[in-house]
Amino acid sequence: MIKGNFIDNLPKIYGIYTGGFLGFIILMAIGEQMGMTSKAIGICFVAFTVAIYAIIGWLSRTAQASNYYVAGRSVPTVFNGMATAADWMSGASFVAMAGGIYFKGYGYMALLVGWTGGYVLVATLLAPYLRKFGCYTVPDFVGTRYGGNTARLMAVIVLTVASFTYVTAQINATGTIASVALDIPFQYAVYVGLVSILLCSMLGGMRGVTWTQVAQYIVLIIAYLLPVFWISNNIGAGFFPHFMLADEVARIGELEQQFGFVKNAAADLKTVPKGLAGITKAHSEVNATPWAFISLALAMMMGTASLPHVMMRFFTTPSVKAARKSVGWSVFFIFLLYSSAPMLATLSKLALIDPSLPTGIIGKSIAEVQAIDWYQNWNSANLMFVSDFNGNGTVELNEFFMAGKAVVLATPEVAGLPYVISGLVAAGGMAAAMSTADGLILAIANAISHDVYYKMIDPKAETAKRLTVARVLLVVIGFAGATIAAMEIQGILGSVIWAFDFAMSGLFWPLVLGVWWKRANKEGAVAGMILGLLSGLFYLIWVRSGGSGFLGITQLTFGIFGSTVSLVAMIVVTLMTSEPSSAIQKMVDDARVPAGAQVISQK
Amino acid sequence: MVMVLQVITKKREVYMAKNAQHWEKTKGLLIVTLAIWAIFSMGIFLFGAEMNSVSGPFGYPLTYWFTCQGSLGIFVILIFWFAGRQEKIDEEFGFAERGED
Repeated sequence: MIKGNFIDNLPKIYGIYTGGFLGFIILMAIGEQMGMTSKAIGICFVAFTVAIYAIIGWLSRTAQASNYYVAGRSVPTVFNGMATAADWMSGASFVAMAGGIYFKGYGYMALLVGWTGGYVLVATLLAPYLRKFGCYTVPDFVGTRYGGNTARLMAVIVLTVASFTYVTAQINATGTIASVALDIPFQYAVYVGLVSILLCSMLGGMRGVTWTQVAQYIVLIIAYLLPVFWISNNIGAGFFPHFMLADEVARIGELEQQFGFVKNAAADLKTVPKGLAGITKAHSEVNATPWAFISLALAMMMGTASLPHVMMRFFTTPSVKAARKSVGWSVFFIFLLYSSAPMLATLSKLALIDPSLPTGIIGKSIAEVQAIDWYQNWNSANLMFVSDFNGNGTVELNEFFMAGKAVVLATPEVAGLPYVISGLVAAGGMAAAMSTADGLILAIANAISHDVYYKMIDPKAETAKRLTVARVLLVVIGFAGATIAAMEIQGILGSVIWAFDFAMSGLFWPLVLGVWWKRANKEGAVAGMILGLLSGLFYLIWVRSGGSGFLGITQLTFGIFGSTVSLVAMIVVTLMTSEPSSAIQKMVDDARVPAGAQVISQK
Repeated sequence: MVMVLQVITKKREVYMAKNAQHWEKTKGLLIVTLAIWAIFSMGIFLFGAEMNSVSGPFGYPLTYWFTCQGSLGIFVILIFWFAGRQEKIDEEFGFAERGED
């Protein structure tokens, strides 16, 4: 199947795949009508989709370095766009984003702007030039452009710090979903998730990951959009929610006015299970200062342009031109999900708080709410909670609590959709977390196998040996990630945002100036990476340990400080040392022109 | 011999000049693209509170609309527009790649 004119047949192959998946959903819906248990449906959804990814991973097996590292540079723009979107949208985007918007409103939506706007920087500043360079990994670019093992090694370190912060959250998310869907304890489920992840990437490297990511994108976008449209129609909000929810947004505003945001006593809040939040912020009002919003958006945008697992997706296109266009397709496919998240948050909130809707619980008696089936389910999973703080017998807005991820996971059930949709959502969340984890683990393993092992330790290694090292590293890093994930240190989203800040602190300026400032040299880049990463890290530790911070830079935006230090250090040190050799300057010239051979020729 | 060298030097100069011009135009496009990017990713949110009292497309409050659809959609269009313009610049100087994507 993955031979001969596979590339020409892509639309047909994935068309059949999409049809087959929709058929599978219908089959499950029929199964539910005929009395299949919800547990059986959940297991079928997760097992069936993971089995498909594993088959794709096996079919994409390869023994060639260029296939393993850059999918043979043959991925067409639209498909690379889908793969990038899946690579990009993590378990956090899928499960936690709508919840973040639900509870934090405007201040949180800076992430939507940041996580799409960053691609403008990718398209204009970096992707086409790094593609022309012909590197296999991001540190490969840094090492070649600046010359020397120190620069290369520093880039590997920054990459590892940023990507590893990110990957544990993804393995954690696959574990959470696997444990719920397959009904096994979390500490085993994490390793089930890990094995699924490795099945996609181990045999085929980037090639395997590319074609499974396309398959995963299709599953996750169907799983996200179908419930949004269905719920919108179910509660009579309009058949195309994106264009039709203005009245619902306004209605939420009215209800907020009517109920008011009552502040709960600290003693009352202590009784609320950990991790649950109440509705304390207006849905569509501006609730953050301009700088709070802009600084978060800026940090996410610069972080996007510095995250190696995203950048390396654009190394797989057939040409420089294709790399640019495929950035456009990537944001388009991301846009489909991101523009739906606020709609889901709106529908979910309205369904629960509007007393005139049958699903509304505010204003109902406590006993009545506690008797609802779905409330009992989600309450026992510690994702939902009501309590009669003021003792008046009815549920008030300030007496209702929910976990952020329940917005995506529980809303279908709350809105009265059949269980098959909840099974589909579980499969979608699994796809989102797996695809991102695959990209991240591969980015780390490839950087260590290609840049550290092949370029620094054993430059004469045979391809077979290099790929064996790459695969062993993949497994080792996966297990390390799973082990840390099993310890559950940080919430899903906290560590995801830190990854962006680490990446931008260490890598943003060395990458950008590597293309746009010919004078930039090795000493400057090394100083930029070391001082950027360290200053970012110290700022984070300082703020975490009670430091006040400055200029409104928080633990979510510490990359702004790190990258500024990095920029200054890089310019100062570069100007104090000699300009790069004429060979390197020629390399930069060549990278700026799309035509002609790649700057580095790879074996 | 001297003449041959002169021709080579001349060709090299023309090539360099072409490269420099190509890079000038590329930088110009970069500045325009990043200016539009900065407006819709940061600039408008300086006035978030004021803008939100205005009714935007489909009746959503304007700032709210930008955060959930407007800015995101503009980025998609902006990148495709940029890619098209950059291709034109590359073709103008004969620097476009041969073959199709």
